[in-house]
Amino acid sequence: MRSVATISENSAFDVARLRADFPILAERVYDKPLVFLDSAASAQKPQCVIDAVSHCYSREYANIHRGVYYLSERATQAYEDARVKVQRFINAASEREIIFTKSTTEAINLVAASYGGATLKEGDEIILSHLEHHANIVPWQLLRQRIGIEIKVVPIDERGNFLLEEFEKLLSPRTRLVAVSHTSNALGTITPAAEIVRLAHAQGTPVLLDGAQSVVHGPIDVQALDVDFFAFSGHKLYGPSGIGVLYGKADLLAAMPPYQGGGDMIKRVTFEKTEFADIPGRFEAGTPHIAGAYGFAAAIDYVSAIGMEAINAHERELLDYATARLQEINSLRFIGTADDKAGIVSFELDGVHAHDIGTILDREGIAVRVGHHCAQPLMDRFGITGTVRASFGLYNDKADIDALVRALGAVREIFG
Amino acid sequence: MSALRELYQEVILDHGKAPRNFGKPEHVTCESNGHNPLCGDTVTIYLHLDDGIVEEATFEGRGCAISIASASMMTEILKGKQLGEVSAMFERFHNLVTEDEAACEGGFDSEEFEKLMVLSGVREFPMRVKCATLAWHTMKAALQGGAEEVTTE
Repeated sequence: MRSVATISENSAFDVARLRADFPILAERVYDKPLVFLDSAASAQKPQCVIDAVSHCYSREYANIHRGVYYLSERATQAYEDARVKVQRFINAASEREIIFTKSTTEAINLVAASYGGATLKEGDEIILSHLEHHANIVPWQLLRQRIGIEIKVVPIDERGNFLLEEFEKLLSPRTRLVAVSHTSNALGTITPAAEIVRLAHAQGTPVLLDGAQSVVHGPIDVQALDVDFFAFSGHKLYGPSGIGVLYGKADLLAAMPPYQGGGDMIKRVTFEKTEFADIPGRFEAGTPHIAGAYGFAAAIDYVSAIGMEAINAHERELLDYATARLQEINSLRFIGTADDKAGIVSFELDGVHAHDIGTILDREGIAVRVGHHCAQPLMDRFGITGTVRASFGLYNDKADIDALVRALGAVREIFG
Repeated sequence: MSALRELYQEVILDHGKAPRNFGKPEHVTCESNGHNPLCGDTVTIYLHLDDGIVEEATFEGRGCAISIASASMMTEILKGKQLGEVSAMFERFHNLVTEDEAACEGGFDSEEFEKLMVLSGVREFPMRVKCATLAWHTMKAALQGGAEEVTTE
């Protein structure tokens, strides 16, 4: 972590102007100004995203890929344009490599069920890390129940660093897939993804990155990372909930069987047999979140106009400021102080349960996440049941952090 | 601050920090585990029943100030009670933390009722009602001999 002295205002980044784009930030909670510090769970939406969803429903809504009429053509075009936007946003080689899902969770389940189900055999190993969200644990356990794979877990150190040398030791000729978090939702740890991919590829093992957190905190280039699967969702990226993405390399996706069956994923159906559609349609059975794609595209335009590098710099500045300010509180212990971190701080206060802190902060208008953050094995690793987590988005400013520090004072007032 | 002060009264903070009847007694006739998946909190209730009377009630577990205080106060009040009284108390307590005050009248003698009243502040915090009721639901399950873990979800 850098020291306070190195903090400088990111002059190009006008946070006050950006805050005005988010109508909810003008809301008051218990007659206090809303201080939203839970973007890692789900980010708030700028007006342009709200307008895009509304535009879809009020001007262009119809089902896609089937109608021959004007509205359906418009909606289909917008949906496919959104796919191209996502492709460019993460620098995928082709839009065929972008599969819309309902969430990051569904994207990972898709890989586990389809790729895992078709490729892995009993006794094969996959590697996860101790940092994982339940969404990148449970799908693999379901697969283990189904076919008897073995799950290996890369340990972390006391500060929450991913231990690359331990990962290297776990890699074996039996390792068939590596599935790890790119950025920990609970601690903010950024994992050494490029190194992980390089080591895994050296022995021909593909890698899935859970990018739900990383995609919002900085630029992603899946080709530069050379990652095989990359999963993320729209709602953490200031877009609607209910739409997510699985990126997969075309050759891998093309060899994978369907995940779900239904409409929109077929070429021709008879009662004897079905010929499946090519990618990406093969993995998009049923009517998707059409308006969500409109909103998702608007969100990508929005963050791209600001610049992911600029957002990254802003959030790093907030992280440094928050770390310095919170350190002033004697009874506060950080959980997760990895060398490389995204805009997430997790901590506990001596003698006060996270849920009690969350309730008191709430009455001060401050929204933080308290509890296990869907990462119970990680909490067990630290011998705790939960933490208080403040996470930063592009609209947060230092005043939000000052409000948090003040409110933690109110906690101490009550709990002594 | 007033609703918060109402919730975090001194009595609750005191029971939260220094819970009474914490631990496993020598004689246990029934016990049950409770779990709140939302926060990962757990509680185990131990009862020693003799001839339809609660001779001993203790608990173990970890949780927030509300859930620990509620478990602590519950074990205090259960001692010496007949099973019929315990059932009535369960209903009354549930009303106390979810309904208005009128619904809570009767059922306890006044002094005991007074003690539990401090937990009524949780009514203003719907997300926290389960913290207050976890111990009570777990106690009920223990009496019913349930081997299944109680959860708040």
